[in-house]
Amino acid sequence: MAAPIDLHEVMEREREERFRTRWRVKACSSTACLSAGAGATIKAVEDLVEREDMALEVQVIPTGCMGLCSAGPLVRMMRRGGDESDYQKVTPEAAIEIVRSHVLDEQPVPEYELDVTMPFFTSQERVVLANGGVINPDRIESYVAHGGYQALEKALTTMKPKQVIEQIRLSRIRGRGGAGYPVASKWGLLASAPGKTKYVVANGDEGDPGAYMDRTIMEDDPHRVIEGIAIAAYATGASEAYIYVRAEYPRAIERLDRAIRVARRNRLLGRKILDTNFNLSVEVRIGAGAFVCGEETALLASIEGLRGTPRLRPPYPTEKGLWGAPTMINNVETLANIAPIIDRGGEWFASLGTEKSTGTKVFALAGDITNTGLIEVPMGTSLREIVADIGGGVPNGKEFKAAQTGGPSGGCIPAKFLDTSVDYDSLRELGSIMGSGGLIVMDEDVKMPDVAKYFMEFSMDESCGKCTPCRAGTVQMHSLLQRLTEGNGSKQDLRDLEHLCSVVRDTSLCGLGQAAPNPVISTLQYFRSEYEALIHEEEVVHA
Amino acid sequence: MRERQPAVNVSFDGVEYEGLLGESVLECARRNGVAIPSLCFLEGLTVWGGCRICVVEVAEGHRLRPACATQVAADMEIKIETPRLRAYRKSVLELLFAEGNHVCAVCVSNGNCELQDMAVHCGMDHVRYDYQSPAREVDASHPKYVFDPNRCILCTRCVRVCDEIEGAHVWDIRHRGQQAELITEMNKPWGESLSCTWCGKCVAVCPTGSLAYQGSAIGEMEHDPVMIKRLAVARNRGEWLDPKGVS
Repeated sequence: MAAPIDLHEVMEREREERFRTRWRVKACSSTACLSAGAGATIKAVEDLVEREDMALEVQVIPTGCMGLCSAGPLVRMMRRGGDESDYQKVTPEAAIEIVRSHVLDEQPVPEYELDVTMPFFTSQERVVLANGGVINPDRIESYVAHGGYQALEKALTTMKPKQVIEQIRLSRIRGRGGAGYPVASKWGLLASAPGKTKYVVANGDEGDPGAYMDRTIMEDDPHRVIEGIAIAAYATGASEAYIYVRAEYPRAIERLDRAIRVARRNRLLGRKILDTNFNLSVEVRIGAGAFVCGEETALLASIEGLRGTPRLRPPYPTEKGLWGAPTMINNVETLANIAPIIDRGGEWFASLGTEKSTGTKVFALAGDITNTGLIEVPMGTSLREIVADIGGGVPNGKEFKAAQTGGPSGGCIPAKFLDTSVDYDSLRELGSIMGSGGLIVMDEDVKMPDVAKYFMEFSMDESCGKCTPCRAGTVQMHSLLQRLTEGNGSKQDLRDLEHLCSVVRDTSLCGLGQAAPNPVISTLQYFRSEYEALIHEEEVVHA
Repeated sequence: MRERQPAVNVSFDGVEYEGLLGESVLECARRNGVAIPSLCFLEGLTVWGGCRICVVEVAEGHRLRPACATQVAADMEIKIETPRLRAYRKSVLELLFAEGNHVCAVCVSNGNCELQDMAVHCGMDHVRYDYQSPAREVDASHPKYVFDPNRCILCTRCVRVCDEIEGAHVWDIRHRGQQAELITEMNKPWGESLSCTWCGKCVAVCPTGSLAYQGSAIGEMEHDPVMIKRLAVARNRGEWLDPKGVS
């Protein structure tokens, strides 16, 4: 058996490597920047370095997401022991110009410069995304150099499993998948569950339209997810773990697979981890394209190779999960928070955010907003700050109308609640949910019944078909919304729609069905007049 | 004989009954002669909990629970006939009638149909929602039986009985949402199925006219779902129930 990785030695080595060249070019190689052409940009810089023999002067480091996806490809020039300059919309030609100008003339290129003093950057608090734009996701050394696996080492060598759970309890972190269940309670349930075989499952089946927090975490910081899983498994007595990733995330799957292999080779996974008696095997499981597999019981069925349909709870997975053994499912973002909590202590984490929603939350800003991209803010930040300051407001001089959170299970928050604190409980009070972190901004031109119809179509398509209200109810709600938005609806249709909302919400089997009417319910609550305006004809009395 | 489970007090719509720990709310109601409408549940098969007809109100908390999958607890106050639950059951039934092609007048099970009975029981006299009128092909390739998916309500009794009692697992579901449908083997015609043992248990348990004997005319098809309870009891407890004594 090879010796385990020496974290401190790797850190030293990386520090030397970091200062080997005068210049480091960090180029965002996250999915959004890659689709904006970052691949060609990175290649252009690498070619330039080779062609002009700059290898001793310049090293090129592909990194994870820097956040401002709408301005990609993003490039950062870093001078040894000195300044940094950030650039936006960097084409291959621009990249060559920028690198040359810095390296040869010590001059920045104002034309492409990105203002990092704007609120988008200064108002964020990056815990989960701390390594975005910093480390090279494909190199474990890069993760270790920025404090990676320190928390695992600390937990394994200086803490008992109970002490680990105690720190999680002190942090008061709640699940980031949507429902906001206290993480420490779940860990405690698994730890106290009887039996030798226990499983930890990371839920990376992110499926809300417009949301890509988990994808970014898995792609850009795969080792952080693995470290979180390892700490969770140590604390709860699990010896096997799965990361369930949707098939639409091939880069996340590839990077996680590689990270697992490398971690095993370095004795951070596998048998006798870091020379302790802790064993853990981690495997990636690929989803088969169903939204419902994000529901925990459906996810477990899918891992077992069965149809991805939810089953009745209780028994909860912590009693009877994978192959009948106690199993705990945590969201990827939740697990990405674990290493910092162990590193810096639960009390530090609890000092971020609000009393009942601690820590930070990653949001994917999308829709009618100037700065689309990935942001991380302390819980309790007002919606206004997120939209107006960080997001840069609604473009083209239009008025903000509503923000949609929680995807197809969430609701729309109208302008009058812009000062709401964004945390689990406040959003729930407004009829929406935190969800996994999708945040879609809508301007004055958006018609709310259309929004409701869009999400209903999504829920209809993604219903697994097991229970009647979700399978057939979403179809009927969609057809009522269709009729209403086409201007052919009646008052009776609106009444039927409202009644179906209650039926589907109250009688569906799983959370997806129960939450499917939420977009309709919340738009009816705040924008009822828009629905009523769609009804032109006299009331039709159905026989 | 089974050991006697500890007894607790429960109430259905305000009337007290004796409940046994370990049994479901639905079992408890049936044992005490209290009617809770249900469709996908069948004694002797695993609980599915998909039809949502049997949802009841359990006093603590407002969330509705399926009676078939909720365990009895001490001092449970269960509500069955509230205006809200009546309205919901009716709606769920209407959704079932709207999604398939349920035309009693031409159905082999007319008069012997659990879906029809349920509609009568729940006072469902019309369907408010749009009929989906899906195009579904009848599979009459089996020499003994016919499968008419137009009348299927996806209760999965056939899937469960074939897998759990007969051990053949001929039936399963493919696709999802409104496209979900029953298939035999890997979506081969039933008549070409090599795993089907021709036992007829699926036909016996079908609550509608979806599975029937070849040659049945309108109203002629009578199912025998109680047979499964007898088989399950015989297997689990090693005793034969008197066919007449089984309710």
